[in-house]
Amino acid sequence: MSTLEIKGLHVSVVTEEGAKEILRGVDLTINSGETHAIMGPNGSGKSTLAYSIAGHPKYTITSGSVTLDGADVLDMTVDERAKAGLFLAMQYPVEVPGVSVSNFLRTAVTAIRGEAPKVRTWVGEVKEAMSQLSMDPAFSERNVNEGFSGGEKKRHEILQMELLKPKIAILDETDSGLDVDALRIVSEGVNRVKTNQDLGIMLITHYTRILRYIKPDFVHVFAGGRIVEEGGPELATKLEENGYAEYVTA
Amino acid sequence: MALATLTNYMTPTGREEPWRFTPLNRLAGLHDPQVSLRDRISLEPLDIPVGVSVTIEDAEAFPSLSETSDQIVIRVREGASKLLLLTIESNAEIREPIFLKREVLDLSPEVSRVQINAGANSHAIIVIENSGEGVFAEEIEFNLASGANIKFITLQEWSSRAVHVARHHAIVARDASFTSFVITVGGSLVRILPTVEYTGPGSTAELFGLYFATDGQHLEHRVHIDHDVPGAKSRVNYKGALNGDSARTVWIGDVFIKAAAQGTDTYELNRNLLLSHGARADSVPNLEIETGDIVGAGHASTTGRFDDEQLFYLMSRGIPAEQARRLVIRGFFSEIVSKLNLESIEVRIMERIDNELAEVIA
Repeated sequence: MSTLEIKGLHVSVVTEEGAKEILRGVDLTINSGETHAIMGPNGSGKSTLAYSIAGHPKYTITSGSVTLDGADVLDMTVDERAKAGLFLAMQYPVEVPGVSVSNFLRTAVTAIRGEAPKVRTWVGEVKEAMSQLSMDPAFSERNVNEGFSGGEKKRHEILQMELLKPKIAILDETDSGLDVDALRIVSEGVNRVKTNQDLGIMLITHYTRILRYIKPDFVHVFAGGRIVEEGGPELATKLEENGYAEYVTA
Repeated sequence: MALATLTNYMTPTGREEPWRFTPLNRLAGLHDPQVSLRDRISLEPLDIPVGVSVTIEDAEAFPSLSETSDQIVIRVREGASKLLLLTIESNAEIREPIFLKREVLDLSPEVSRVQINAGANSHAIIVIENSGEGVFAEEIEFNLASGANIKFITLQEWSSRAVHVARHHAIVARDASFTSFVITVGGSLVRILPTVEYTGPGSTAELFGLYFATDGQHLEHRVHIDHDVPGAKSRVNYKGALNGDSARTVWIGDVFIKAAAQGTDTYELNRNLLLSHGARADSVPNLEIETGDIVGAGHASTTGRFDDEQLFYLMSRGIPAEQARRLVIRGFFSEIVSKLNLESIEVRIMERIDNELAEVIA
C-alpha cells in the first residue's frame, strides 16, 4: 500500500516577463489501487502538475510538499523519483536517436530494480508485455520514439510502465492522438497493470472518452492551477454535458 | 632541390581560406620551412595476409598520383625520401582487416608518405591505428583500379600533445568503391583532408567521420570531392561532439560537380553536438554544380546543444544523469560506429568517449 500526498503545491515557471505562477495550491492524495481523473481545460496547469511531480527542471516549486509513503519527493533527483516508484507517461514522449528500445528498456529496468534482469526471463517478459499491447517484436530494435506513430509512442509508454512496475503512475493525456482501437489497447494495458500491481493512477485528460475504458474512482476538476471541484465518476458525466465553461469564468 | 622547395612553398599565414580556421601556432612547425622534418617510415604492418604486400620504396620511384596545393602536403612530398607501399593483388578477397600501427613517443616533427594500390576487383579493409604523441605530416594516396572495393579506417587515438596533419586522397576508377572512416578522438591539433577524385563511371565514395573534442583540442576535417566524370556517387556523413569550453572542431565539405559529371549522385551531412557552452564547432558545407543533369545533390549541417528533454526522459525512467548522458552520446554516434563492423574498435572508441565524458563531469 503506497500513498502519494500532494499538499499546498505552488509551482512557477520562468518567462520573459519574470516568474509566472502556474500551480496555486494543489492538494491531492492518491493511494494504491485508486484511479484519480484530473480533468480540466487547456492551460489549467494539469501537465505542470505532472511534470513537477516527476521533477522536470523547467518548473520551480515555490511552496508545498509532495511525499511518497512519507519520503520527500521534491528532494529527490528525477531518477530517484522513478526508483522510489513514480512513473510519468508523457503526452509527448521524447525521441532518443541511436538508442534502441531494447537497450533503453534494459537500462531502465536495471536502474529501477538495482540489478540487471536475467537474460532468459527478461526476453520472455518483454515479449509478453509487447504482445499484450499488440506490438510487433521488431519494435524493440527501433530507436526510442524515433519515427513512432502517436499510437506507438503511447503503447511504448505503457510498455515501460508495465516493466518498471511503479507504485504510482501519472498518465498525462495518454488518450491524445489515439484512435479508438489504440485507445482500447492502451487502456487495457493500464487496467492490467493496475490489477496486477495494485497501481495508483493519476489520469490527466481533457476529454471523458478515456474514462469509458479506465474507470476513475475520483474525479477532480482542475482550473486556474488548482482543484476547483471534486467528486465521483458522476462528475465526469456532468463535465461531458456542460464542459468547463463554469470553471473557466470563475 | 632546395631552390625548388622555396619557389613552390608559400608559408601559410592563417589568412588563406584553407587555413583560416587552423591555429598555426599549434602546428609545431609542420608548416614552417625553418623547421626541418624527420624523414622515416613510422607505420608498422601487423599481419600481412596472402595477396597483400607491404614494402618500403624510394619515393622518387613512386611519384605522387594527384595534385595538391596544400602546403604541408607539399612538404611531405618533398621531405619523404621513402614511402610505404601497400599493394593488394587484383581479384584478391582479403577478409581479415589489414592493420597498420603507428605508435610515436616523441614530439619531433616528421613526415609520412604512403601509397595504397588496390588491384582490379580486389576487396580489403585497411585499418591505421595512430596512438602516442607525435607531430606528423602525412599523405596517403589510394589508387583503386576498376571494381576494387576498399574500406579504410583511420583511428586518431593520440594523446593530448600530438599534432597530426594529413591528406588521405582516393582515386576511384570505374565501378570501384571507396569507404572511409576517419575517427578522431585524440590529439592537440588534428587536421585531416579526406579527398576523392573519380576516373570512371559507376564509382562510389562513402566518407564517414566521428570526432570528439575536449578542452584544448582542435579537430579539423576538410572533405573535398571532385565529381568530374559521369555517373559517380558520393556520400558524406561526419558527426562530432564537443565537451569543454575550449574544444574546437571544424568540418568543411566541398563537393564540386563539373560540367562533365552528368548523373552525379551526392549527399553530404555534418552534425555537431555541443555539450558545453564555450565549445565551438564550425561547419561549412559547400556544393558547386556546373551541370543540372544529375541524379541528386544535397547537403545538411546542424550544430545543436545537448537536448535536456532527452536527459529528462531517460532519468524519469530511473537512469542516473551520467549514464543517461552517455546513452544519448553513444546513440548520437551509433549511426557511424555501427557501420565499422569491427566490434573491438567500436568498444574501444566508445569507452574512450565515455571516459573523457566522465572526466569532464567529475
